Amino acid sequence: MSSTTYNRALEILNDVCIGCSHCMKVCPTEALRVTAGKAKIHVDWCIDCGECYRICPNRAIRVMDDDFKQIFKYKRRVLLVPSVFYAQFDDSVPRERIYEIIGELGFTEVCAVEQSVDTLLKEEREYVKNSDEPVISSFCPAVIRLIQVRFPSLVDKIMTLLPPLEITAQYYKRKHEQEGGNPDDLGLFYLTPCIGKIAAVKSPVGGYNSPITGVINMDYFFNKVFLAYKQRIPITTSVKVNSEISSKGVLYPTTGGEAAHIEGRTLAIDGMANVIDFLEMMENEDIEGVDFLELRACDESCAGGILSHRNRFLTAEAMRKFASQTSDTHKLVDEYKRFTSAVIHMEQIEPRSMVKYDWNIEIALEKMEKARELKDLFPGIDCGACGAPSCEALAEDIAKGQGEISSCIFLRTLYEKRGELGVDEAVKIMEKIWGDSRFNKV
Amino acid sequence: MNLEFKVEGGDFTLAGNASSQIKKMLKQLNIDPKIVKRVVIALYEAEVNIVAHAYRGIITAEIDPHGVRLKLEDEGPGIPDIEKAMTPGFSTASEQVREMGFGAGMGLPNISENADDFRIESEVGKGTTLYINYNF
Repeated sequence: MSSTTYNRALEILNDVCIGCSHCMKVCPTEALRVTAGKAKIHVDWCIDCGECYRICPNRAIRVMDDDFKQIFKYKRRVLLVPSVFYAQFDDSVPRERIYEIIGELGFTEVCAVEQSVDTLLKEEREYVKNSDEPVISSFCPAVIRLIQVRFPSLVDKIMTLLPPLEITAQYYKRKHEQEGGNPDDLGLFYLTPCIGKIAAVKSPVGGYNSPITGVINMDYFFNKVFLAYKQRIPITTSVKVNSEISSKGVLYPTTGGEAAHIEGRTLAIDGMANVIDFLEMMENEDIEGVDFLELRACDESCAGGILSHRNRFLTAEAMRKFASQTSDTHKLVDEYKRFTSAVIHMEQIEPRSMVKYDWNIEIALEKMEKARELKDLFPGIDCGACGAPSCEALAEDIAKGQGEISSCIFLRTLYEKRGELGVDEAVKIMEKIWGDSRFNKV
Repeated sequence: MNLEFKVEGGDFTLAGNASSQIKKMLKQLNIDPKIVKRVVIALYEAEVNIVAHAYRGIITAEIDPHGVRLKLEDEGPGIPDIEKAMTPGFSTASEQVREMGFGAGMGLPNISENADDFRIESEVGKGTTLYINYNF
């Protein structure tokens, strides 16, 4: 399995992985297999959704975030904080205190990511009005990558407007330069609740280069801040706080928070399985008359983000509560309009083929036919004991020369009964898939 | 590769099974998404036609490196006037079918429009057969 530029967000730690196959079962693109007792990612198929990270009971999947220490390479260190971060804390933790701690941990400035939402929503409304329906929101990076890989015919439905994070970052960069600041002094760091956003910043789609310097893992940072809070660390530095945000901005990353502001018939759908179901229908041209689709890979959208520590419903509740105490506009809206001029348009998003069998159609057809025949041999219970997520996936792997029929525990038992396979051989096959150490326990 | 799907009249819940399966395969073969889309539109429409108008039917698909050939053969009332059925907007669907969101015309013009090659044969009291072909 070769590595490509597509995947930059997730890595399996071989020493930690126990090959329990939980990740393999939840991957929406069937990009994981277990061999020799370790999970392996097929990087071309990975969409950085982070479902594997979420389910891993052993913390064997690492997020490829940036080293926190790198922030000190910059004189002006801005942390772009999403509204979901403050919702990680319960009401007893004062926001002022969180700002102070962020400053003490090394940032010179704190800023609200969704500051640009008010400007963006205006552009989104115009965009939807002037486009063929339905328009799919470009906000969720896992959804964009899912469409690229599994629904290539729908890529041209994705809105070519940048998400709030990128617009806010643009604003800071331009403002810094306009004020005569040295571009090398500015470090813009994004505190991410989402694994997909890491990949989106590191290798963006749509021919766009992000002004963001680095990405900080929100789960990691939450623990750092909360520990500092609990230990009551003394505050010795000051931090500039630019927390201007409207209620629209606070709610934008929650389910329905984007669709609510778009005119016409809109739908807000969250959760990977729900999104896939709906995209299947869209691909069949089964959906008519919907103007705008807010599709989010995580349940409860970013409140249920992979790197969000708190229960997703409590997080979403905290965001709604904060929004209800916030004005529906803020004083930087006009300035944002000036500095970000219009919303920066992306280029067309390209489809990304999964190359299931082969680029050559004759070879691909041959392999596909073989896979279909093999699939009929297997029991169809998708037990995963072969190290592949389903009987169909095993059949495909074998057709591609990446698997063995005897990996199937059902057929293997049959071969043993017929005397075609010795017990020792059968055990060896099991060890090859699940690792030797598993069988040394008893 | 040859595939076969059975379709039952009146079962709208399962309508679309053949088009979903064929869609999945064409995608796995890296067929141009534009062609896949046209195949799915035409096949889905034709599949729902069997469910809505016929008693039962068999869909066969033949995929080779050069294209896909679909044959939809149904046992049903047949079409008395094919020319009329090919007119956009013409419909004989019952109220019940229309309420389910289907039946705004048989969609034969739509099928024909989305096919590279389209042929229809029908015998009243026996059934209808559609041939829908695409070149990759």
